[in-house]
Amino acid sequence: MPPAEPPLVEARGLARRYGAVRALRGLDLTLERGEVLLVLGPNGAGKSTLLRSLAGLLRPEAGTVSILGRPLTRDDPDARRPIGLLSHQSLLYDELTLTENLVLAGKLYGVPNTEARARAALEEQGLLDRAEARPRQLSRGMLQRAAIARALLHDPALLLLDEPFTGLDFIAADRLRALLATHATADRGVVIVTHHAAEAWDLVTRIGVLAGGQWLLEVPKPDDINAFQARYLELVRG
Amino acid sequence: MVNALKLAFAIAGKDIRVELRTRTSLLSAAVFAVLVLLVFNFGRDPTAVATIDLAPTILWVTVSFASVVAMNRAFTVERENAAFDGLLLAPVPRESIYLGKYLANLAFVLVVEAIALPLFILFFNLDIVQALPGIILTLLLATAGFVAAGTVFSAMVVKTRFAELMLPLLLLPFMVPPLIFAVKTTAPLFAGRPLSSVVDGLRFLLVFDICIITVSVLLFTAVVDE
Repeated sequence: MPPAEPPLVEARGLARRYGAVRALRGLDLTLERGEVLLVLGPNGAGKSTLLRSLAGLLRPEAGTVSILGRPLTRDDPDARRPIGLLSHQSLLYDELTLTENLVLAGKLYGVPNTEARARAALEEQGLLDRAEARPRQLSRGMLQRAAIARALLHDPALLLLDEPFTGLDFIAADRLRALLATHATADRGVVIVTHHAAEAWDLVTRIGVLAGGQWLLEVPKPDDINAFQARYLELVRG
Repeated sequence: MVNALKLAFAIAGKDIRVELRTRTSLLSAAVFAVLVLLVFNFGRDPTAVATIDLAPTILWVTVSFASVVAMNRAFTVERENAAFDGLLLAPVPRESIYLGKYLANLAFVLVVEAIALPLFILFFNLDIVQALPGIILTLLLATAGFVAAGTVFSAMVVKTRFAELMLPLLLLPFMVPPLIFAVKTTAPLFAGRPLSSVVDGLRFLLVFDICIITVSVLLFTAVVDE
């Protein structure tokens, strides 16, 4: 019998504090391949801290994160290769064009044919006509789409999205939903952090509600969004 | 190893491309160097101290302060749009990131020195053609050391509120040992003594470079992971 494959993400006992504020309190998370986890929670719940810890950008005070069975440590940069992150900021250099930004990202991730891949990623986001524009010349929505192109450039197995629909018009939001639907295949996984469950409802398979740095609820996606949202409000209002 | 170097060159290339577009560091550092040289040129009394005695100090004061100006922007470019997170997130060894930033800073400072040195010779009317190889070697060795420290300190201070003030405060104490030896090495060269007479000074600078680069690489990985 072949050995069981490790989960896409396995986080155990994550703890992090900012001064007196405990952002994460011994949080556990397992994400299997093919799962799309929606993380909901009020402001200050620890959602972004969780996402940055899963990306390896934040070293937790306690606990471990493994991606595809490899612990995220500073000595193993390849463990970060399967991760794609869309954060609150675009991670793009203002003085480089979109193409140059994506080609640089491609080089850092060892993506073959970086120029062609960069163009394809921009085309996917409807930004090919802005390929030579610089990030500061773009509208908020376009910048978000460019950031999405960067996050998806190396076809990551784990996609971490922090408020991915912010600034997008409904056409771009639909395009992103379609893209995520094709991305969330059996061997990949997505974690979406948002305040608006409805935006990503059709995509997700599981929902976690975070407050005060710990899970209040972690369940498979319920059938009825309205009933869930009523329950969510009850939970976060205590 | 080859891949780590390729990644470092990609990061250095990005920094150089950004700098060529903005010219912020180079222009401000070059202007600063010219101004310092002008002040020294017109502010001193040439009958009080011989130019040849004062020249090494003036050269190194100009170079060290202009270098701080050039290195100040090394990580501020990474702060825009949290671009540095993009580097840290990528499967790139921290050492490659450091090396890339170091190479770019080294290039900027060497360009500033390449502008400042001819002006220095011109302003002070020095006949140092024979000593030039030794002076350039000393410049290279001293610059390699304090750029190494400057790179790690600029990473350290970039998230502080007064980054541009903090960098010189942290860096200048680390620049003192190589600067002392750089001045001591260049003074005999300016006086027309052969390169063989300053071998000990050059050796010190080389050892300092090896130590400071090693410590900086180790420190950088700790600094950026916090």
